[in-house]
Amino acid sequence: MNPFILALRQIRYENRAFWRNPPAAFFTVVFPLIFLMIFNVLFGNEEFEVPGGTTTTSTFYVPAIVAFSVISACFTNLAMGVSMARDRGLLKRARSTPLPTWGYLGGRVMHAMLVAFLLVGVVSVMGVTLYGVDIPTNTLPAFLIAVGVGAATFSMLGLALTSIIPNADASPAIVNGVILPLLFISDIFIPMEDAPIWITTAADVFPIRHFSIALRTAFNPFETGAGFEWGHLAVTAAWGLAGLAVAIRFFRWEPRE
Amino acid sequence: MAARSVVLGGGSEGPLSPDATVCGERKGSVVAGTPVIRARGLRKSYGAVEALQGIDLEVVKGEVFALLGPNGAGKTTTVEILEGHRSRDGGDAEVFGHDPGSNDREFRERIGVVLQTTGIEPYMNVEETVNVFRGYFRHPRSMADILDAVGLGEYRRTMVRKLSGGLQRRLDVGIGLAGDPELLFLDEPTTGFDPAARREAWEMVRNLRSLNKTVFLTTHYMDEAEALADRVAIAVDGSIVRTGTPSELTGAASMTVIRFRLEPGMAPPVDTVPGLVRQDDRFTVEVEEPTRVLFELARWATDEGVELRNLSVSRSSLEDVYLDLVSGVEAP
Repeated sequence: MNPFILALRQIRYENRAFWRNPPAAFFTVVFPLIFLMIFNVLFGNEEFEVPGGTTTTSTFYVPAIVAFSVISACFTNLAMGVSMARDRGLLKRARSTPLPTWGYLGGRVMHAMLVAFLLVGVVSVMGVTLYGVDIPTNTLPAFLIAVGVGAATFSMLGLALTSIIPNADASPAIVNGVILPLLFISDIFIPMEDAPIWITTAADVFPIRHFSIALRTAFNPFETGAGFEWGHLAVTAAWGLAGLAVAIRFFRWEPRE
Repeated sequence: MAARSVVLGGGSEGPLSPDATVCGERKGSVVAGTPVIRARGLRKSYGAVEALQGIDLEVVKGEVFALLGPNGAGKTTTVEILEGHRSRDGGDAEVFGHDPGSNDREFRERIGVVLQTTGIEPYMNVEETVNVFRGYFRHPRSMADILDAVGLGEYRRTMVRKLSGGLQRRLDVGIGLAGDPELLFLDEPTTGFDPAARREAWEMVRNLRSLNKTVFLTTHYMDEAEALADRVAIAVDGSIVRTGTPSELTGAASMTVIRFRLEPGMAPPVDTVPGLVRQDDRFTVEVEEPTRVLFELARWATDEGVELRNLSVSRSSLEDVYLDLVSGVEAP
């Protein structure tokens, strides 16, 4: 069977299931947009210093919410969705068929990444039209590559996390318990300008801050180069590979009894 | 075959025999044929619990085979090892000549699996669901055939979450048929059903037989095994304790039980009726020739001038045997 057709069909199936499940679609897609609006309405017009000059806080919040969107669509959505599907027996069911493992999980991951790109597009358009930020054309490739690296990384980490989630009831608590503190210390909700050194050090260990810095550079209106943050992207991608390794080693097709 | 003739003979002896027409309709005790599943000495432990203690099975092409046993007998563990969902600690398993543990793609093309718990995406309709699974196989069965076999034709556009439990279970079986498998595993297909839904499900399994599928089903309902299966294996505590056609199993149970009471202090007729079991003033004996024994017993009673109070003659049914086997092992 043609792997390409198989993958395409699986993505289409995941897509249909995703949009027909209102809570899942709502939390994944609408949450980041609400955050985008709230933060920009509350703090968007304050002065904000970036390398090369001074701009408004919206220039901070738009890329931050882009990062949050990717995490929401990939990490949170996959970790919760896969553990839910596992509890419902969908994973075991798919495994009873000739569909290869990569076909099933690949379909899910690619669908999550598509949702991430869609959401990033909506957030960027809102940022440009409503909050006056701009994505310099010279950094556009860097921006897209950063989103791609982040989406792949957070998908792998989402899959990896399902191996420690015992069942779907526990998944919101575990997923949010892992991601919310990291979002707070990683410059997503609040710019960490005068944070204690131990917090920024802790944040530097994890991938979220590196990912958001890569995005912020791409949104910096004073950026004159291509805006690639290769170092930060490398740390992010390393986390993705670690997630992939954990997922391959510990992924479970059945809920823990 | 010998055991089967005993049943028929036994059946003609007394009015208390099980429904004779059911025995007559039985599809014959076909044991010979091409083996589809072969298991030898399957072992599996979960921690300190030995779930399987050496399961031996053979299922031949075209038969409906039931693995019957109480909860915890190891039925699901066995079927999941054969489906390739679970590893085994010991023993050999072969399904179509493949080791199910190898998770071979060719093997998956030939089997259909209906798990114990329904696992269907709730936000899809029936047709979409079946189509997704058909897409996983090289030679899927046609949509119309599948819906027809499981009787879901009128629900093709209904959302899965709007289907009743019984209809979801039918869809489950429909998904199992998606790849037009030669062998279908059904793990407790009717557990939790009301009686009407069970009858419908049975009808569906009989349908599968007419499609020439080999069916391996597990159940803890004795009547289900009797109604559907060509051959039954009874599992208790991780071992197979009996295998045979339902009639053969009934054959093993074709003893007739004579029960009566005597006045306290009466000496029982141990010489006339060997094997008499006494419990207070109640006496029980299992015999193969009830007519002769009853005659001797009655002659003894008339000669002695005593009354055999509460006299009863009954045949132990397959259910008795099953319950005996089950309770016998549970409380050694």
